[in-house]
Amino acid sequence: MLKVLRYPLQALNYAVFMLLVWYFSAAPSYTQLQPDQAVVTVAFAHAGKRIEECRQLSQEELARLPPNMRAPMDCPRERSPVTVELLLDGELLIEEVAKAPGLYNDLGIDVYRSAKVPVGEHTLAVRMNDNMRVEGPTYTHEETVNLEPAQLLVIDFNSETGSFVVQ
Amino acid sequence: MNKRVNPIKRSYLLLEEWFTLSFGSSWNPLYHLGTLAFFFFWIVLISGIYLFIFFDTSIVGAYTSVEYMTHEQWYAGGIMRSLHRYASDAAVVTILLHMFREFALDRYRGFRWWSWVTGVPTLWFVITVGITGYWLVWDELGLYVAVLSSQLMDSLPLMSGSMSRDFLAGRLTDRLFTLMGFLHLLGQPILLIFAIWLHVKRLSHVEVTAPRGLAVGSFLALMALSLLVPATSHGPADLTKVPAVLRLDWFYLNVYPLLDKWPGEQVWMLTTSITVLLMLMPWLPPKKSERVAEVHLDNCNGCGQCAQDCPFDAISIQARTDDARWENEVVVDPGLCASCGICVGSCHSSNPFRHAKKTLETGIDMPQFPIDDIRTRTESALSELKGDTRIMVFGCDNANDIEALRADNVAVLSLFCTGMLPPTLVEYAQRQGADGVFITGCRTGDCYFRLGNSWLDQRFEGKRKPALRQRAKRDRITVYRAAETDTAKLRRRLAEFQRDIAALNQEEAVSRSSQDREAGDA
Repeated sequence: MLKVLRYPLQALNYAVFMLLVWYFSAAPSYTQLQPDQAVVTVAFAHAGKRIEECRQLSQEELARLPPNMRAPMDCPRERSPVTVELLLDGELLIEEVAKAPGLYNDLGIDVYRSAKVPVGEHTLAVRMNDNMRVEGPTYTHEETVNLEPAQLLVIDFNSETGSFVVQ
Repeated sequence: MNKRVNPIKRSYLLLEEWFTLSFGSSWNPLYHLGTLAFFFFWIVLISGIYLFIFFDTSIVGAYTSVEYMTHEQWYAGGIMRSLHRYASDAAVVTILLHMFREFALDRYRGFRWWSWVTGVPTLWFVITVGITGYWLVWDELGLYVAVLSSQLMDSLPLMSGSMSRDFLAGRLTDRLFTLMGFLHLLGQPILLIFAIWLHVKRLSHVEVTAPRGLAVGSFLALMALSLLVPATSHGPADLTKVPAVLRLDWFYLNVYPLLDKWPGEQVWMLTTSITVLLMLMPWLPPKKSERVAEVHLDNCNGCGQCAQDCPFDAISIQARTDDARWENEVVVDPGLCASCGICVGSCHSSNPFRHAKKTLETGIDMPQFPIDDIRTRTESALSELKGDTRIMVFGCDNANDIEALRADNVAVLSLFCTGMLPPTLVEYAQRQGADGVFITGCRTGDCYFRLGNSWLDQRFEGKRKPALRQRAKRDRITVYRAAETDTAKLRRRLAEFQRDIAALNQEEAVSRSSQDREAGDA
């Protein structure tokens, strides 16, 4: 083919290539959230209670230990799993059972769970159990919120004060 | 009868033909996908350096600095930003096409397993550099990418702590942002360069520069796109809001919408499974391995031409281990040898005029098809030809099946690669009675063994050793390359060549008879 005739064909090929690049670089758009939706996220770090209480060692038990290991209290390291439930207008929205990580299950847990919810006024109830020796929730919180479109409502937990913070 | 060509390969070859029609063989973009990807990376690098000069690596300043470049400095920063984005996307397209090409042409198994296996994670490296790039803009899309990437990381069992919580209002600090900047600007590109180095490690004569015409055309096309549709940001990232509608870059962010439906663990499982499956493809099923080249020191003077010509870096030169008078010898690494036979064509000892009465031995040979067999089969094929226009066709096993060309006056001999053909064999065929020698093989620019076509051309042009000697009748030699689907074209070209040879025969007969007459008159 004559070289001069190739140029229009090349231009056509470049145009198709660039059309492909341009289109998929920003389209089709992805709708993550409908206009009448908001997101509620439960996100906090917390360490569950120890599975067993610390125990005072007797003098005989201490004497059997090497001198450098004679700590008066025996505290088992394993911690309780943490159960979190979020209810929206009485309906269960999020349920998470977080097992304590670490080789001895002795570390704190990190919870990060989100759910899409309809906008408007809702009653949010959050329940947490961080002690498997206790039946039912060890911490609870209930609050009425008014959610706006695309709002991100975060439910945090302050381990020091032992209270939930909705922001 | 020609072999059946599978529909994927047939479609690919059609596409290739279209590009050859548009660009010619030397500029056909499908033959330069690797170098084109390199070229796009250069654009990304240069535009990236410019953007970095004006970019503010902080939560507060990132978005405003990008907006400043996009709108206030549209004539420079804006264009650079658009080039940065579109060249990155174009690189992904060329890499994906590169993968598809190797798959369609069955160039990913056997001795090519290394390039395929290292190529798959290289694509992931490219994708991750793009992901951190989108993160840095710190618009709604950047926030989306950051939060979902963190969720993906959090779902890995080895990660302790929650990265996702860092993106809640009041928690984010410049530190994480600086880390992302470091990763995108330095850490990931270094890893990518290392991955590319590994990818081409088993090749010699690696081309990294795209042909000038193709580079200029691609750059102009990217410039035009950047001016017509400049890259823009979403709204600024707001940690109290969830971005609702996003203009995703599907070349880089296609996995993220899955996180809306599936937990991170499942997304990891899917992507890891696809990656592993892709990496295992060279063995699903494995390609039959061929015997590798063997060095015959008795006929090797250690000149190293085969080592220079080997497309897969399988031949090295070392000090002589026998008591011959030569300084060096060559050694074949069986793990790297592709059994292409190009080294046989390179060896000066593969001259069929040597040892005319006994077995022809050469310095480096293919045990399954030695040079002596090639000479014998050429002689035998030529001896059976009838008619006035006797043609010897040399072809290659990876292009058009030349068996279909066999006729009373056409002899055929298929080699592993036309690069395996010693130029002296062409001359030898002419001496053995071939009126014309027709050489075919993989399409120009698309040699199955990478360099066979180029070396053959250079040897014929006298630019590479061993060169075609002057005494060969060049007007009776032609090279026409044809893929498996080019049978009709190949037949047409052979028929033309036969007519040309017939005309030459006639001219020579006339010239001879006039010379005879003149001699008689004298």
